[in-house]
Amino acid sequence: MNYETIWFLLIAVLFIGYFILEGFDFGVGILLPFVAKNDTERRMVINTIGPHWDGNEVWLITAGGAMFAAFPNWYATLFSGFYIALFLMLIALILRGVAFEFRGKVDDIKWRKFWDWSIFFGSIIPAILWGVAFSNFVRGVPIGEGFIYVGNFWDLFNIYSIIGGLVTLTGFTVQGAIFLSMKLEKPIANRISNLAMKLWLPNILVLLLFVIETYFFTDIIDQLGVNPGIVPIGAVLSLFAVGWFIKIKRNGWAFFMNCLAIIFSASTIFLILYPRVLISSIDPIYNLTIMNSASGEYTLRIMTIIALIFVPIVIAYQGWTYWIFRKRITSDLKSLHY
Amino acid sequence: MDEIVIILSRWQFALTTVYHFFFVPLTIGLALIVAIMQTIYFKTGDLIYKQMTKYWGKLFLINFAMGVVTGIVMEFQFGMNWSEYSRFVGDIFGAPLAIEALLAFFLESTFIGVWVFGWDKISKRLHLISIWLVAIGSTLSAFWILVANSFMQSPMGFVLENGRMVMNDFGALVSNPNVWVQFPHTVLGGYTTGAMFILGISAYFLFRKEQVDLFQKSFQIATIIGLISVFLVILFGHSQGQYMVKTQPMKMAAAEALWESENPASFSIISIVDQKNQKDVFSIRIPALLSLLSYNRFDGEVRGIKDIQSEYEQIYGPGNYIPPITINYWSFRVMVGSGFLIFFLTSLGLYLVMKKKVLSFRLIKYFPFAIALPYLANTSGWILTEVGRQPWVVYGYLRTSDAISPNVTVGMLWLSVIGFTVIYGALMAVDVYLLSKYAKKITVDEPKPTEDEKSYWE
Repeated sequence: MNYETIWFLLIAVLFIGYFILEGFDFGVGILLPFVAKNDTERRMVINTIGPHWDGNEVWLITAGGAMFAAFPNWYATLFSGFYIALFLMLIALILRGVAFEFRGKVDDIKWRKFWDWSIFFGSIIPAILWGVAFSNFVRGVPIGEGFIYVGNFWDLFNIYSIIGGLVTLTGFTVQGAIFLSMKLEKPIANRISNLAMKLWLPNILVLLLFVIETYFFTDIIDQLGVNPGIVPIGAVLSLFAVGWFIKIKRNGWAFFMNCLAIIFSASTIFLILYPRVLISSIDPIYNLTIMNSASGEYTLRIMTIIALIFVPIVIAYQGWTYWIFRKRITSDLKSLHY
Repeated sequence: MDEIVIILSRWQFALTTVYHFFFVPLTIGLALIVAIMQTIYFKTGDLIYKQMTKYWGKLFLINFAMGVVTGIVMEFQFGMNWSEYSRFVGDIFGAPLAIEALLAFFLESTFIGVWVFGWDKISKRLHLISIWLVAIGSTLSAFWILVANSFMQSPMGFVLENGRMVMNDFGALVSNPNVWVQFPHTVLGGYTTGAMFILGISAYFLFRKEQVDLFQKSFQIATIIGLISVFLVILFGHSQGQYMVKTQPMKMAAAEALWESENPASFSIISIVDQKNQKDVFSIRIPALLSLLSYNRFDGEVRGIKDIQSEYEQIYGPGNYIPPITINYWSFRVMVGSGFLIFFLTSLGLYLVMKKKVLSFRLIKYFPFAIALPYLANTSGWILTEVGRQPWVVYGYLRTSDAISPNVTVGMLWLSVIGFTVIYGALMAVDVYLLSKYAKKITVDEPKPTEDEKSYWE
């Protein structure tokens, strides 16, 4: 395997890790104004992700850094091309991030409401935009000579990418709901578990719609064949399993299956892409590929060594934090940190 | 049209970077000092140090959040606004950025969560280790981002291939002499910022004789760390200046408003320049002092702006290679002036501590204003570093005007410049409000230890 492929894989891993982890904390943020009935419950909901959201967000920062280091052209074209979308995402992530810290600092209902809605919008905007972005990767965007994006902000929105945005929105919300049902004390957890079931239905519907659309808007048949193989089928099957496990109240399994669904769906996107990284809707000669957007072999080799050492270490200590904070959050006021 | 895109892109970068760097040095400094306080508590069991850890830790967290969220903008904007730069140097510049995320950001962000939420869930030792890992993470992060910045100041470890800079020596990138003056200078500046922050707030309460024990101890720790740090900041700053004379003579010449090469070279006390006509309007200079600063001896040529300009025209072709002199000149003086004032104040602080006169010293009520000094020094220092490098973004290889994203329009830039300005302005107001609110909020009664551990963050 060449270094370019290793880095394509590694960036896929970083994004998938990001979607799984920040997936549930986006979902929790989206659900916050609707699932909690009073201030104590809102605090409990936030505390489920309190120790984790910052570390989860670093997966994105690392994915971005890895993209910059390994595929500078991909990074440059994508980030300059999706300028307004990324600007909106930054504003969302800024408001959301400070909201977690600032919300509890003033004991005032209006103050807290303002930050609760900041968390909501700060979560829902990126949750939609990631789906829009990834669908556009495979559908193709107007990229012209010199790998320069020649479209505008509205070119990113079409029937395919909007459904893609709904897939991530509903998927992350389900992920968040299941996570909450595992992390909160029983009465609230049961309430949210029922909600997860209601959210799962639109999720599977938009996913199926998205799968059908994929056959019309992308070259999936050339890339994967009419029978696309285990990965895309696995995505749909695991999402069905999610519904079944919620129904029989096995939420741990439902969460596991939803993680699988995220892994398989994102992998499908990367499989359709490979060996391209951004598809030009103008002419295939302008496609960005792992070869024409990559750094030199020396850089890739150095970075591979560093990544192979440190990615497992990071996964180990982040995993450990989920272990120490494994207990359900109770409404015991003393244990709630404001 | 293109001119406006360049101006707005640069303005946005300056805005977001300077803003981000309001929070970063305090994070670096407070992480270390809070870790030291908690270590003393861990070793001695003295509850006052626990209370100090709590109190300063709370302020640390408010500041930390701002540093985190404004940091994401930093990583995104290289691609968003400087796509040609990213293509040109991505091979080299992206690597330290990715390493920073992998080694430093994960460490910092994961263990800050453990520290905040873990007080009653993990052992005291592990909890102490978490804050140290946060402190190490924030210092590591400074290291890697300065490896990246040093490459822009003094490019090393690369070859040019197909019009791009390609890395061929990672060791050279990390051992770049610029890193080893800039990194200590910047990080110690962070420690100084943390110390001055604590010094100022402690002085505020000591003057009012509130919580005397807590703030006296804080004042003491801050004085010692502040004095050692600022002393080293000045030493490394001196080395950095000497290195700059060698690698970026134009930056030094502009910072000294030195038009003609001189041997021995004079140091400017005050100069008001007319950059257009390349002359001084008014100037007072001390003979030979600049040579002394540059070479540690009373002679030695320091090259002037006009000479360097004509040399660069020969090497790089026609063009204007002179950075904005007034900005360089004054940012240099604000930085150095603030640094020496901090040195004076922390020395005075140490004297007061040793003579046990902190409480009786009337002028201590003015110490809180000194919190502004490290901020002035940090900001003007970065302005000197970055503006002084102009017109280059990568010194000698890529001009700032060639680095912008060709597809980003004036309209898009106005939207983002205004958007960031509004959000950043509002958040600054909230941040300052919360910092002052929580600085004034001290739990007077120390609850029983067991109770306390549970209500640690209330």
